[in-house]
Amino acid sequence: MENLINDVLLGLLMITGFAIVRMKSLLGVTMLTSIYSLLSASLFVVLDAVDVALTEAAIGAGIATVLMVATVALTTDEEKVPRHTPLLPLLVVMATGAALIYGTLDMPHHGDPLAPAHRYVADSYLHDSPVEIGVPNVVTSVLASYRGYDTLGEVTVIFTAAAGVLALLGYRTRGRNIEAAGIRKQVVLRVIAKLFFPLILLFALYVQFHGDYGPGGGFQAGVIFATGFILYALAFGLGTAQRLIPSQLLRILAAAGVLIYAAVGLESMLLGGKFLEYRVLADDPIAGQHLGILLIELGVGITVASVMLIIYYGFVSRRH
Amino acid sequence: MLSTHLPALQVVLPLASAPVCLLLRHPRHAWACALTISWLVLAIAVMLVQQVAATGTISYAIGAWATPWGIEYRIDMAGALMILVVATIGAVVLPFAGRSIQQEIRKKHSGLFYTCFLLCLAGLLGIVVTGDAFNLFVFLEISSLSSYVLISLGCTRRALTAAFQYLVMGTIGATFILIGVGLLYMLTGTLNMVDISQRLTEVADTRTIRVAFAFVTVGVSIKLALFPLHLWLPNAYTFAPSVVSAFFAATATKVGIYVLLRLFFTVFGIGFSFVAMHVGEIMMLLAAAAMMVASLVAIFQNNVKRMLAYSSVAQIGYIILGISLASRDGVAAGMIHLFNHALIKCALFLSLGCIFLRLGSVELQDMRGLAKRMPWTMAAFVAGGLSLIGLPLTSGFISKWYLVGAALTDGYWPLAVLILLSSLLALIYIWRVVETAYFQVPGAGMPLVKEAPASMLIPAWLLIGANFYIGVDASLVSGIAHQAAGILIEQGVR
Amino acid sequence: MSELLGHYNYWIVIVLMMTGFYIVIARPNLIKKVIGLFIFQTSVFIFFISIAKVEGGTAPIIEEGISVYSNPLPHVLILTAIVVGLATTALGLALVVRIREAYGTINEDDIHVQDEER
Repeated sequence: MENLINDVLLGLLMITGFAIVRMKSLLGVTMLTSIYSLLSASLFVVLDAVDVALTEAAIGAGIATVLMVATVALTTDEEKVPRHTPLLPLLVVMATGAALIYGTLDMPHHGDPLAPAHRYVADSYLHDSPVEIGVPNVVTSVLASYRGYDTLGEVTVIFTAAAGVLALLGYRTRGRNIEAAGIRKQVVLRVIAKLFFPLILLFALYVQFHGDYGPGGGFQAGVIFATGFILYALAFGLGTAQRLIPSQLLRILAAAGVLIYAAVGLESMLLGGKFLEYRVLADDPIAGQHLGILLIELGVGITVASVMLIIYYGFVSRRH
Repeated sequence: MLSTHLPALQVVLPLASAPVCLLLRHPRHAWACALTISWLVLAIAVMLVQQVAATGTISYAIGAWATPWGIEYRIDMAGALMILVVATIGAVVLPFAGRSIQQEIRKKHSGLFYTCFLLCLAGLLGIVVTGDAFNLFVFLEISSLSSYVLISLGCTRRALTAAFQYLVMGTIGATFILIGVGLLYMLTGTLNMVDISQRLTEVADTRTIRVAFAFVTVGVSIKLALFPLHLWLPNAYTFAPSVVSAFFAATATKVGIYVLLRLFFTVFGIGFSFVAMHVGEIMMLLAAAAMMVASLVAIFQNNVKRMLAYSSVAQIGYIILGISLASRDGVAAGMIHLFNHALIKCALFLSLGCIFLRLGSVELQDMRGLAKRMPWTMAAFVAGGLSLIGLPLTSGFISKWYLVGAALTDGYWPLAVLILLSSLLALIYIWRVVETAYFQVPGAGMPLVKEAPASMLIPAWLLIGANFYIGVDASLVSGIAHQAAGILIEQGVR
Repeated sequence: MSELLGHYNYWIVIVLMMTGFYIVIARPNLIKKVIGLFIFQTSVFIFFISIAKVEGGTAPIIEEGISVYSNPLPHVLILTAIVVGLATTALGLALVVRIREAYGTINEDDIHVQDEER
């Protein structure tokens, strides 16, 4: 059964991919891209990657789609037919694909439990993390502690994106309420948005603090939190949303998240440990790990949520 | 106590001060913050070089997790040299930036400019010190994303398209690297570079590893603008703000070359890279093509910034040529040229920044008779140009001396001829500028311009001074480079 | 035959990756290019998550009575990569908006023509 679902999803992904190549309406392409992302999120569930699935659904199918729609609205919906036949690109792609397929020939089989990838570092994460860190979700342990430094880098990347969007699109401190005029007349949508808004925020908090035990964590929570506000802005206008969370506050929050993360690392240094060595943060090493993970996930959540909103504000407040 | 944490602080300091910079409202404050940090970063880099020289390779386990479970920071002599290059250039261009950015970038953007500059600095340093293949990808993306922003801040609309083109090619490169890392992980089960290299011996002779090697090599080659994957570079350097061109020309591509060194020697080893995969021959061919073709193209450019950009593609060829020999002398020569070229090219771009400040243009036709108006700036340009050509008493001569020597030792005499030919081409394109600025009379409508301010001239002349110092006494640089090359070759032979 | 069954998953993922790669390098429309990058990257994520799959395993959240889990490490890497991918997409799209404002078009060929004219 699992294999069947797997195959169907892969087939649908291929069809969607080819349709994206062929379709000329950019709005249509955007919708297909969103579907592509949602299909891959479903595939991740089948492949046991629940944390990744949650993230892909929220980021790929959610935020990325919003940004693409906004870009199409600000530019154009039509794709011009290319003048020249794309022969060289086709050759490059064929060669690259052929090289990759050649590379698969010596790979361990899909799902093989004896593959070297599962037998070495990953194996000890599964065995040792309950003792060393004491968190059931191994993905959280690796993400926040063993490879916590990558995650600091990741928060920095998303912070860089915010700085970039601010530099390129800026934002107006006073948004006008014209953007969502279409939706504002729709009473049903507004009522539903009002109902969903607190639920989404509540769910975001759940994902934020339940990440140790189930799928979730700062990234997913941050994105879901931002989605709640985006829905609010869609229903009640950008100006209303900006009165709730002003742009200047977002700037401070985005910076604060990165700083919280870095401060946890520096604090563990001051307490005599290495950078990001959480176990020195409390008397008991396990408690220290818990505290460290809680704090950095909080930093991640704050930065991700505010960066998503900065980017959204940037795109939506842009008008000719 | 602090000295043990230097590897982490080297990267975390600029990384954590970037958000602070974003919050500073006044452009002067943001500039002062970035400047202070860049000098601290240089101080840390100097201390690290001393540490590595005294105690050998430094390893720092982040989070105190032992390798390969955690991420390791690892600095050997080659890494120390690279940190020194990046930190020095960062510390030298920021004083220059104060005035230059004020003119070239809108006031409300300058805080964001310094934020992105610090992020880029942190990213580049992170790439150099990390010993983890995936962490390298993360920091590569930090440096790349901030570079796209920095380039897009240039004052013409073509800066936007240049940044977009770089974004597309850079992301393809990064994704190729990601695929390669995935394939390596698939067969070795680890991400730590030293650990990968040890576990690779059993599985090296598989098709999967060969493909992994090809993908990371192509990905990194895009980042370092190896001919013919250099297409993003000329536009990016031409349309970026002056400071950004100077900083990138000296650091971004150089860090890419360093990653290539790490891959060929530390991760895959000489036996695999150079004997089984024949990467030496391929690189030699591409490097030779870069030296000739890019130098030829540079001659026909009328925008001097673009001319220098093509010259950079050619000079990257020289460095890769040294590395492709896979001998201690060859790699050392490549690294010496890497160091020297970073100083020279940065100085040249800085002097162009001075010209742009006064003229608002770097087109050759606008520079007629400029030497009388801006004697110090033009003198700096000429001094840098001489070094680019490789005249004796300049650092460029030292690099070419070692390069020719290494090529001849291995019996590649045609390469020595190529190096001389390419230098001749460099003479032509530098001469075009000299001829225009010194021997032509300014046109009737040309503005009467003043010499550039000292805050901009001093950084350029500092680098020119270093260049002449190395030209006379190269023992320090050559010593470090030979030691670094020795370690790399030692890691490569297994 | 077993060779085919063991690898066909990866082959489909490679086709997906190449679809994205093709859109990036063959299409002159800038939005399409960004979308191509997005598809390319998402397909690479699928590739990584496929590496992590262990036959008969379950999600790597430790529970009593379960002994086989899928590999958590690629999951962590891809969580990071997804966020990096979004950052790239956001920046790319922001550039597209600005390019449209400056050139009045988002077609690479038209932009090229405009640049040559000046």
